[in-house]
Amino acid sequence: MATLHVNIVSAEQAIFSGEAEMVVAPGETGELGILPGHTPLLTRIRPGTVKVKLAGQEHDEVIYVSGGILEVQPKGLTILADTSIRARDLDEAKVKEAKRQAEEALTNRASGQDRALVVAELAQLAAQLQAIQKLRRK
Amino acid sequence: MAGSKEIRTKIKSVENTRKITKAMEMVAAAKMRKAQERMRAARPYGEKIRSVAANLSHANPDYKHPFLMKRDLVRNIGVIMVTSDKGLCGGLNTNVMRLLVNKVKEWEGGNAKVQATAIGAKGFSFLQRYGIPVVSHVLGLGDKPHLDKMIGPVKIQLDAFSEGKIDALYLCYTQFINTMKQEAVCEQLLPLTGDKLGVPDSSWDYIYEPDPQVVLDELLVRYVEAIIYQAVSENIASEQSARMVAMKSATDNAKKVIDDLKLTYNKARQAAITKELSEIVGGAAAV
Repeated sequence: MATLHVNIVSAEQAIFSGEAEMVVAPGETGELGILPGHTPLLTRIRPGTVKVKLAGQEHDEVIYVSGGILEVQPKGLTILADTSIRARDLDEAKVKEAKRQAEEALTNRASGQDRALVVAELAQLAAQLQAIQKLRRK
Repeated sequence: MAGSKEIRTKIKSVENTRKITKAMEMVAAAKMRKAQERMRAARPYGEKIRSVAANLSHANPDYKHPFLMKRDLVRNIGVIMVTSDKGLCGGLNTNVMRLLVNKVKEWEGGNAKVQATAIGAKGFSFLQRYGIPVVSHVLGLGDKPHLDKMIGPVKIQLDAFSEGKIDALYLCYTQFINTMKQEAVCEQLLPLTGDKLGVPDSSWDYIYEPDPQVVLDELLVRYVEAIIYQAVSENIASEQSARMVAMKSATDNAKKVIDDLKLTYNKARQAAITKELSEIVGGAAAV
């Protein structure tokens, strides 16, 4: 029976690579079943499980993906999996968080200057105290 | 025997330092191996996504994504600087900083303003000191960088590019060549040049779902993120190997210092004994 070469990779690691009889993936517009000889296809996939029916084996390989892109070529199939669930609002939230951190760092820097002032003042006071103690001893 | 006690204490302290540098060397060596594996593990994704993006931009010559469009006038420049969080790794961060300073001077000479994103604590504090506005930063990525943490800060620069607030985006990091050699590089990330995407190895027409634009948009953002992730993981591998080399030479130097000190110590001891002996002999002769 014909098989297709399946590669599932994420930005951080290669997740799966092997020959399969069929792949079932959660496509953007619905569940997709891909058999060898499928026409070239490029689609986004939703977070869900990808089922890979391994060639010549009873059990299926089930892999959870948090979204990504599915590419079908004449020779095989590639899933570019995301490392985490991605959505416009989620990404937006991350941007906001990063902006907040950058602003916080700016204000922290100002307080760092304050700290330097306080430390200088403290050093001055300590010196005065030392002078007083020396005077007393005399 | 004046000074012999001081020398002994000094030897002890250098020995302790050597123990620490030796331990750090071994830790760095172990971490380096893992970092290299991670670096290699990230490669297939980048290659796959690159070939798909090349295919796609070739198949759709009429649709131009902003990431692919070159701008004539470069007024504002964004830069992503990747450094380590910790020090004690030789000239690793300094080299990136020096390269960046040169680049910034060059850009400012051309009347361009610079805004930066810092990945890593060393670069962050450097940029603040140098007075380059930092629009976002990521600190404390650790040994296992997670793409998740970088998405937000990187997206700020990508959005700035799409909105026209910056006209080019550069990426500065330390490229891992081998254990002994790492090189600071500063490469242009956006706009993506055609030759960087390359020519598709084979071309066929895809069925797109939902439509080509959406898929291409997503792919290009992923592609840029993958490049940055690759740079970060390469930077970590570079950091560990630079630290290993730096700590190895520190250990060797400590050994040299100890040898010198031991020699001085023995000489001082010998001199003291000789002096004592001659005093006794002199005393006996006088009696």
